[in-house]
Amino acid sequence: MGDFIFPVFFLISFGLFYLGNEASKVIASLINIVLFILPLVSIVFGTMYFYNSREFMELMLAQPINRKSIFLGKFTGLTLSLSLGYVLGVGIPFVMFGMKDYSEIATFLTLILSGVCLILIFVAIPFLISVIFEDKVKGLSASILIWLYLSVVYDGLILFMIVTFSDYPLEQPVIYLSALNPIDLARIMMLLKIDMSALMVYTGAIFKKFFGSSMGLGISFFSLVLWIIFPLLAGLKLFNKKDF
Amino acid sequence: MVEIIGLEKSFKKLKVLNGVDAHIEKGKVTAIIGPNGSGKTTTIKCILGLVIPDKGDILINKQSIRGDCNYRRQIGYMPQIAKFPDNLTLKELIAMIIDIRGNCDLNIRKDVIHHLGLEAYMTKALKTLSGGTKQKVNALIAFMFNPEILILDEPTVGLDPLSNRYLKERLIKEKENGKAIILTSHIMSEVEEIGDKVIFLLEGKKYVEGSIKELILETHTKNLESAIAKIMEETRHAQNPKV
Repeated sequence: MGDFIFPVFFLISFGLFYLGNEASKVIASLINIVLFILPLVSIVFGTMYFYNSREFMELMLAQPINRKSIFLGKFTGLTLSLSLGYVLGVGIPFVMFGMKDYSEIATFLTLILSGVCLILIFVAIPFLISVIFEDKVKGLSASILIWLYLSVVYDGLILFMIVTFSDYPLEQPVIYLSALNPIDLARIMMLLKIDMSALMVYTGAIFKKFFGSSMGLGISFFSLVLWIIFPLLAGLKLFNKKDF
Repeated sequence: MVEIIGLEKSFKKLKVLNGVDAHIEKGKVTAIIGPNGSGKTTTIKCILGLVIPDKGDILINKQSIRGDCNYRRQIGYMPQIAKFPDNLTLKELIAMIIDIRGNCDLNIRKDVIHHLGLEAYMTKALKTLSGGTKQKVNALIAFMFNPEILILDEPTVGLDPLSNRYLKERLIKEKENGKAIILTSHIMSEVEEIGDKVIFLLEGKKYVEGSIKELILETHTKNLESAIAKIMEETRHAQNPKV
């Protein structure tokens, strides 16, 4: 799985550098690719992986190991390989071409960190879904629908809301709403670091206005961590009761 | 050795087990038989902890299996179908399970590998193995750790005659060593050949439990198949005398 992510991100980052961009511009271009591809690939891989290893899980469950270790082991195994592919794929070109200063390195590290968070979240979500749905096709459809909602429909809804309720103060509701979307949180986190107002979406701008850059960064990161923990724990809880 | 007490399980609205009680002894082969969907596999999976029963309990050596996974150290399980991680080789799979369960019995391991002809597959990726060969791998994993309880779900389906014979001999040897063996099968002649005791399940209930020899004697029939058929007919008559 990591061996799929690695060449994809390696080629993209390498290509962007090769075309004569400098590190900060490469990061800006990478943000949208990361926000789009990483959740999709992780959610699809996560679902397929879980369903495909069902029979093997049965074999493991007949051995003296508890369910928690199996579930968390599967999660760690998949996220580790995906993260490694991503970190190396993006990291190697950056190291090869070099970064200018500390702020660029910090931006790069934010890109890596939020990407890894996205991988963890978008593996935890399909694991939860796969525990709920017995049927592989249903599970995969649910996963893809969730991805579609979070990465496409959600933005449209926010925009619709802003236009419809433009007479009201919207800052606070929008902040809560953005916490409901991990992709948006990751985007806010990266854009706050990169401080590129042209790319900043509405929610990001509000985050900055409300919390300031560093506080906003902390809050978005904390919300991302919650997004990892909740689906994972819910999945684990259901997995403990599941019949095979 | 294994005590099943009032086991009940429903999958959504479908009641699969409806109060199964059974007793499985050491040094005997107990066959769980019954038509398709009668709850054989579910019973086995309850013993393994793969399915969590709604009601009832299972005691192994007088200890409840609920909330504990270590009892599975005493169990060797050969499932009906098996899928292994695609990219592992057989050798790696064995190493992995040894890593989980601790040391295996080297003599048994050698013997099973030799007689089932698994040497040739040791370094092959598991995804390239045929269905029958995968079944042999399952058998190897089940026997390898010399467990006190052996659970085999339709063990002979998909095996060639030679391996089939070896498996039966192996089972008889394990039985003589005082192991408790549980197996499910559709093939009555096979059950009669290696089994000592049957638990006949019908619609999630225990219909008959008893020694195979006694069942055949009591019903004055020639084999297990007709004995079971006769018992079923008699009860049907008792329930609706007009028919």
